[in-house]
Amino acid sequence: MTHTFVGMPPFPTAARAALADTQLRHNLAHATATIRGKRARVVDEVENWEELRLAGAAVKDRALRGLDEHLVQLEESLTARGATVHWARDADEANQVVIEVAQRHGVDEVVKVKSMVTQEIGLNEALQAEGIAAWETDLAELIVQLGGDLPSHILVPAIHRNRAEIRDIFRRRMGEVGRAAPADLTDEPAVLAAAARAHLREKFLRARMAVSGANFAVADTGTLVVVESEGNGRMCLTLPEVLVSVVGIEKVVPSWAELDPLLRLLPRSSTGERMNPYTSTWSGVTPGDGPQEVHVVLLDNGRTRALADDVGRQALRCIRCSACLNVCPVYERVGGHAYGSVYPGPIGAILNPLLKGTGDPQTDSLPYASTLCGACFEACPVLIDIPEVLVHLRSKVVDGHREDRVPKPEAVAMKSAAWTFSRGGRLRLAERLTGVGVGVGRRLGASRWTSARDLPKAPPESFRAWWRRTDGRLDP
Amino acid sequence: MVTCVNDAMFPGTGAAVVRLLRRLGVDVDFPEAQTCCAQPMVNTGYLDEAVPVVRTFVDAFEGYDAIVTPSGSCAGSVRHQHRLVAQRSGDAGLERAVAATSPRTYELTEFLVDVLGVTDVGAYFPHRVTYHPTCHSLRMLGVGDRPRRLLEDVRGLRLVDLPHAEECCGFGGTFAVKNADTSIAMGSDKARHVRETGAEVLVAGDNSCLMHIGGLLSRGRAGVRVMHLAEILASTEGDAR
Repeated sequence: MTHTFVGMPPFPTAARAALADTQLRHNLAHATATIRGKRARVVDEVENWEELRLAGAAVKDRALRGLDEHLVQLEESLTARGATVHWARDADEANQVVIEVAQRHGVDEVVKVKSMVTQEIGLNEALQAEGIAAWETDLAELIVQLGGDLPSHILVPAIHRNRAEIRDIFRRRMGEVGRAAPADLTDEPAVLAAAARAHLREKFLRARMAVSGANFAVADTGTLVVVESEGNGRMCLTLPEVLVSVVGIEKVVPSWAELDPLLRLLPRSSTGERMNPYTSTWSGVTPGDGPQEVHVVLLDNGRTRALADDVGRQALRCIRCSACLNVCPVYERVGGHAYGSVYPGPIGAILNPLLKGTGDPQTDSLPYASTLCGACFEACPVLIDIPEVLVHLRSKVVDGHREDRVPKPEAVAMKSAAWTFSRGGRLRLAERLTGVGVGVGRRLGASRWTSARDLPKAPPESFRAWWRRTDGRLDP
Repeated sequence: MVTCVNDAMFPGTGAAVVRLLRRLGVDVDFPEAQTCCAQPMVNTGYLDEAVPVVRTFVDAFEGYDAIVTPSGSCAGSVRHQHRLVAQRSGDAGLERAVAATSPRTYELTEFLVDVLGVTDVGAYFPHRVTYHPTCHSLRMLGVGDRPRRLLEDVRGLRLVDLPHAEECCGFGGTFAVKNADTSIAMGSDKARHVRETGAEVLVAGDNSCLMHIGGLLSRGRAGVRVMHLAEILASTEGDAR
């Protein structure tokens, strides 16, 4: 089974289908409301939260400004501590590194720490094509993998599933790929977790190679950091002999001390916890302790493209907390799949076009998948002004069509509106000619408006006509 | 600044602002050269098209002490987006003009509370009302509790809390038609919360959001009408509303 987002329709089409799924709507509304409440409580109790956000953003900005130097230092530190560093320009190069390491060791399976970047590059599918099984060990990723499904949230990839659905997936699929779920499996969370634990334990003890990402890569000490809740990540990071970590180049943090604000911002923003249960850090190879062969793949895959965008580069501050997804009213209603990417929600709506570039209809639909309500910016722990970047990317999408031989109706409408709005007199004339309200209604796309919404009754005269007639002295 | 939507669709709101401000002793003018704040172009990505509209704006409003508008969204556009449009134009003169007009632009409740220093504007409105804080008022401008303080000082008015008030209604300008299904899903939830309050009137500081929520309420025969905040603040004992 190969499941990818390739070939997804543009957002409005995908959203329409998702909106019709009432179970999905219910699951998402419940889950996002719960996590929003938890986050709000633990953020409110931090007195200097705004200063902490500024500090976190400043660390990431410093890292990005000197990215070239920090990355070289990271490579030196890692190498000095016994790790092998690889540089990958794109997904194929990164996947090839992992495949070669696996083949050199003759393994036909790897265990995986939950990681966004390996989803981004389609590593599981690339390994599968070489006959190597990649087992997801994060509980939610396991649910997604067993269900033949796609992740729909950065932190909680199975957020679109409820516990009854998860029980069915475990019953149906666990036995096909390892230890089967017990026959009397119920949908109690503790029972489901115990079944996953027993299923995964076999894989942890058997696997000779693990693959991870990293939340942070510290340049001065050559340390990778993984933050998690379950401890399954730590199993992968400590038990197998070989460990390959794929790390986006924007994950670099210049110094160990600068992890401080980021490690405080992340758990409160993501899971709504004061501190995450497991923080694993490792620097290269420690003889006799943990993996004895450690590889780090430093991945670009569009990140330098994003960095070159002077408005959009702030998106590279993202620490993948998902706070913006949980507060987004659009995400809450349509879910993650509609975004057609492993990075859904508000951050996905900017990150995908920044990493891939604009020009593809699906990618180009993402900056428009927002009302610009600003809830994401308010929640972002590293102050990414997502609405600002969305508007900026919309202008890139529009600019990409300026040379079209046949302009889109929207472009024609905007040009004519700009002409009308360039003179007060033109607007007065236009209002008289088209009938007040009708022109505005038509410009709004009346049928898509009136499918579910009444239009207000057109007034007998415009404000400017009333003003001219009465000098604003009489009631209209 | 009346705004293009109010000019064409909701002239009563503009008239209410004129009446309210004159009652409070403000010398009000409506420069007829004004058209639109250019937000529809900017937010849809048409920055080049926004340039002449912003130019029209700064020409129309040059020389006034304060530019007051009954729209959080349009005030937000003037204050936060005009600079970007001017930069795009490469016209230093336009950048200077924008630097003069943007900081003098106020959303109505900011002008009333911060500049005039009033919350009791002498209004009378004997109805059960619930207030929706529109996103750009709330998060872009940070108007905070100014609208609520103004409403609390309206005689006869009973203000009831709107559940999930701070969640977007789903209008979002061209989002309402580009992503009509999602927009309607969001608006339906907002309309449901409005109905739950038992209010007769839903009030907000942006007619475009009210047009969306009101359109859903009206289609659902909800029996709740929508009104711009300015119209409530302009109402007095003499009105038979």
